[in-house]
Amino acid sequence: MTHADPLELRTDVLVAGGGPAGAWAALRAADAGADVVLVDKGWCGASGATAAAGTGVWYVEPDPAARETAMASREGLGGYLADRGWMTRVLDETYAGMNELADRARYPFPRDDAGREVRRGVQGPEYMRRMRTLVRRAGVRILDHSPLTELLTAADGTVAGAAGTRRQEGVDYRVRAGAVVLATGGCAFASGALGCDVDTGDGALAAVEVGAHLSGMEFSNAYAIAAAHGSVTKTAYYSYATFYRADGSVLEGAGSTRGRSVIARTLLTEPVLCRLDHAGPVEQAAMRRGQPNFFLPFDRAGIDPFHDLFPVTLIAEGTVRGTGGIALESPHCDTGVPGLYAAGDAASREYICGGFTGGGSHNAAWALSSGSWAGRAAAAHALAGPRPVPTAGAGTVGTGRTAARDVVAAVQAEVLPYDKNLMRHADRLRPALDRLDAVWDSVREGLDGGSWRVREAAAMTAVARWMYTAALAREESRGMHKREDRPGSDPAWQHRLEVGGLDAVWTRSAAAIGAAA
Amino acid sequence: MIELLSPTRCIGCDRCVDVCPTDVFDRVPGEVPVIARQGDCQTCFMCEAWCPVDALFVAPDRTPLPEPPAEDDVPLGSYRAALGWGHGRTPGARTAVGPPLRHEPGDPPGPPLV
Repeated sequence: MTHADPLELRTDVLVAGGGPAGAWAALRAADAGADVVLVDKGWCGASGATAAAGTGVWYVEPDPAARETAMASREGLGGYLADRGWMTRVLDETYAGMNELADRARYPFPRDDAGREVRRGVQGPEYMRRMRTLVRRAGVRILDHSPLTELLTAADGTVAGAAGTRRQEGVDYRVRAGAVVLATGGCAFASGALGCDVDTGDGALAAVEVGAHLSGMEFSNAYAIAAAHGSVTKTAYYSYATFYRADGSVLEGAGSTRGRSVIARTLLTEPVLCRLDHAGPVEQAAMRRGQPNFFLPFDRAGIDPFHDLFPVTLIAEGTVRGTGGIALESPHCDTGVPGLYAAGDAASREYICGGFTGGGSHNAAWALSSGSWAGRAAAAHALAGPRPVPTAGAGTVGTGRTAARDVVAAVQAEVLPYDKNLMRHADRLRPALDRLDAVWDSVREGLDGGSWRVREAAAMTAVARWMYTAALAREESRGMHKREDRPGSDPAWQHRLEVGGLDAVWTRSAAAIGAAA
Repeated sequence: MIELLSPTRCIGCDRCVDVCPTDVFDRVPGEVPVIARQGDCQTCFMCEAWCPVDALFVAPDRTPLPEPPAEDDVPLGSYRAALGWGHGRTPGARTAVGPPLRHEPGDPPGPPLV
């Protein structure tokens, strides 16, 4: 509850979210001559999945053979739902953007033996610290600790800005803007995955409230491997692991990639232990240099992960490392709602990944590329015409008696368990969705807990319903969406699935991939 | 989770209040900041990385410890040092090349899947 007068701002482009997608969007919009305000729930530079981690980047030299190999490598994994045109554009944009990070932001990339900079990965804290600096130098006004609570619309439905709250000052804000970019991240359901507790689906809810829709929400069940006590999710390093049962016997079939389901199934009834015993001294040293925070949970608990057995868990990463999100109308990252753009994990990543990603390179490339495009397009849109006048807030969730934290717990009970979300079956998805629908009914009656926490709880509920509605609708297995009752892929389902709606959730099939070819 | 804010090391710059993505700290006029909402800590270690005087300690556990550890018993500043942040240090990013990711039995050829 706030008492002071709200902060009123006017700008050309409002960017919501200060992770890599939002930072690139703000930078590109400012470079295009737009006045830009960036709002972040946390602190642009430390907030989100990237800043706390380290990530590969899908950076491929503009050599036709190398590009072809890069594009072909994951098409099958993604269930052939990705698009070569989008991939080509992302490879181009990412190559240019990472080179700019080196030149303009002076990012200290490592060098290979020949002295050439290796630009295929970034350390999260260093990357986002430099992105914050770039954004500020470009003249962007940053409002930290300022979660968005609703979009503002003009009388004709055009997006005309956004409202939120400055949570450290206890003052609400209203930004009138010519265009809005939603780069608020995905939704990891406050599972505790590294850096992801701020990623609660706020942008997806805000977008649907003004008439946008989502795509790929059935591909939203990524789970990362972590030490059981810890938060650091660096599944890639577990490719060097062997997994064991508590009695010390090897857990057959378990692995960091396809064997993750074996780990999940086992964790339902017993602990799973792990040791990174395939890493020799060279790999061990490289891991320490590559991502030092990977070792914090081990060093600080007195565990040597290369020699000691330690318990592991799987932490849900939802759409942060799934692929679903706000559907895009074109490579300008427009959402179909005039004035509204989406980028990064908030947007669907199916266009380059289909039904599978995981962490790392494609996600970082997507954040940079979609952020850049959304920022440029939003600037062009805002500078092309008069600024629309906001006449209404689009938020659909009021205040009431149900505690927001109780709603979050109820949603988590449906979306975190492996035997509901990872190992999917209609017999478990249907009752889970029924319960989530009931949770949504209580959300609509109003929540208690403060404006932005109410929004988080509502958004997680909405995202969970879109996710399971899509999971039930796609009656096959494809990408990361695995239905025990519908094993195998059905060629008739080689198309994207769109989902939307608030009280009445709907799905519809998008055009078959390649149908126009 | 955040377990320790050393009042003897802290210079009261409030940088942790700024950078914490989940708003765990509160400013206190005339005093050093306080850990006001430990339960909101997401164990991301960003406050440690940004603290200019290594006054913070984040335990690796996602749940609070029964008792905060003693200052002398924890490696204050070790994450910032590993990142190569701080005056006179070489940024860790300069040497941050992880190992090639290992192909597990049954993986298809091509780049690793994670």
